[in-house]
Amino acid sequence: MSIRLKIISEMQRIAAEQQVTLPPLNDDLSLHETGFDSLGFAILVARLEDDLGIDPFTISEDAAFPLTVGDFVRAYENVPA
Amino acid sequence: MSPREIFTLRDYLGPELKGRTISDARQVVSLTDILGKSCLVGRFRELSGRSVLLAVTDQLISAIAMTEIDGVARRMLLCPPDLNADHVKTLIEDAEIDAVVTDQPPRWADAEEYLVMAVPAGTKAKTERATEWLMLTSGTSGVPKIVGHTLEGLTGAIVADGPARGAPPVWATFYDIRRYGGLQIFLRAIIGGGSMVLSEPGEPIADYVARLNARGVTHISGTPSHWRKLLMSGAASGFSPRYVRLSGEIADQAVLDGLSRAFPEASIGHAYASTEAGVGFAVNDGLEGFPASMLGTNRDGVEMKVEDGSLRIRSTRTAHAYVGRDAAALTDSDGFVDTGDMLELRGDRYHFVGRRGGIINIGGLKVHPEEIEAVINRHAEVRMSRARSRRSPITGSIVVADVILADGCDPSRSDEIREKILTDCRAQLASHKVPAMIKFVTSLDITAAGKLARHDA
Repeated sequence: MSIRLKIISEMQRIAAEQQVTLPPLNDDLSLHETGFDSLGFAILVARLEDDLGIDPFTISEDAAFPLTVGDFVRAYENVPA
Repeated sequence: MSPREIFTLRDYLGPELKGRTISDARQVVSLTDILGKSCLVGRFRELSGRSVLLAVTDQLISAIAMTEIDGVARRMLLCPPDLNADHVKTLIEDAEIDAVVTDQPPRWADAEEYLVMAVPAGTKAKTERATEWLMLTSGTSGVPKIVGHTLEGLTGAIVADGPARGAPPVWATFYDIRRYGGLQIFLRAIIGGGSMVLSEPGEPIADYVARLNARGVTHISGTPSHWRKLLMSGAASGFSPRYVRLSGEIADQAVLDGLSRAFPEASIGHAYASTEAGVGFAVNDGLEGFPASMLGTNRDGVEMKVEDGSLRIRSTRTAHAYVGRDAAALTDSDGFVDTGDMLELRGDRYHFVGRRGGIINIGGLKVHPEEIEAVINRHAEVRMSRARSRRSPITGSIVVADVILADGCDPSRSDEIREKILTDCRAQLASHKVPAMIKFVTSLDITAAGKLARHDA
């Protein structure tokens, strides 16, 4: 499964748990519009760290938190292996 | 005026009661004629009036040495086996130690300022004074605090409970007897005319239970973590004590129910006690928490109140002071010990929710891990759990839970069980207390004091 697919499926799972209705997740969608609150993102980042072994937001102190779904996915895709 | 009569351990060890023993995995020693023997090879006179550090490897020799030193030394500091060697110097200074009783004399060879006495395995010791009993707190970090007790205070709850009904009890405890919880059981055995079976570090639980059975143990105590470990091991079947006691951690409904299923013949009680506050009370109705009506003064003279959310205790069983140069006050100006154990009133019962210092901070909101564990542990599929904080770049931290499944629980059901646990957590806990993740693990660390290890607390 690609990193993108993993992220999308984890978001869908958390949305179901948190009873959030996700809009279609295209790259331009701002993270704010996903309906996730900060706890939702905290859960997402923690689970992805366990799953993928990376947490791009802790690795680099000055990493800006992404604004859109596309930025978020790229943050994971761009971490050097 | 004649001096007040001093009771010491040896007063409870007469030859009248036959067949009393104390044992570990290697040997059995008679308590009936123990007074005629000495592990200090008759040198106890040299300990007269001294401040003695009791640093012996095994519990059995410690137990015998305690009966010899009590009433002879000015004070006696009990060292649990896991004492950090880096803390010894500070403790020796703070407790003004001038004699060490040990089975490892070379370890103390540099120490010229005090008498070192070796113990292999005499003369009868005579009571000279009321020895001060010093114990160490079981905190996880830093130098432990030295807590001063008297034998009278230590045995207050035991004397108040009166003798056990029926045949003399054979006591056992998962605790080391050089910690408060274990010492209570040792003293119960000595004072109640019973026998005692000691735990053995590193002994497989099935071997321990076999030993408990072989020696006919009737009364046994441990922390909820000790008990969960026993229930998980499958070794509990075939063991049928008359009395099962829990202390040292919060006894939640799940562990109480688990024990009553495992030991249908036993009465099961959970006791509240701490090294500082002494024995507060015991609850024997099989329910978690305690009736709110227990606040106030009980018939044994133990006073309890709740202030700023924590349990406060004043009684003659509390320690009298912290010992040492920079020792803090142990009680407030009214003589109450703040236990640091936080309570919540639900209906007509108080429930323990956790330690004041054990709160984890989730994005500025405070969470007691024990409160989350109690909800998780209620599931039949769960044997034990630990909630903890996990660092998060988004919120600072999140709550995660490590869960051990009950025996015979099919691991392929883990997704279903995780969902069930999370659904219940969402129904019963505020949203910031719901674990963000549940991880199934096969073991959780238990500290030397028998408590669930909490690294983030």
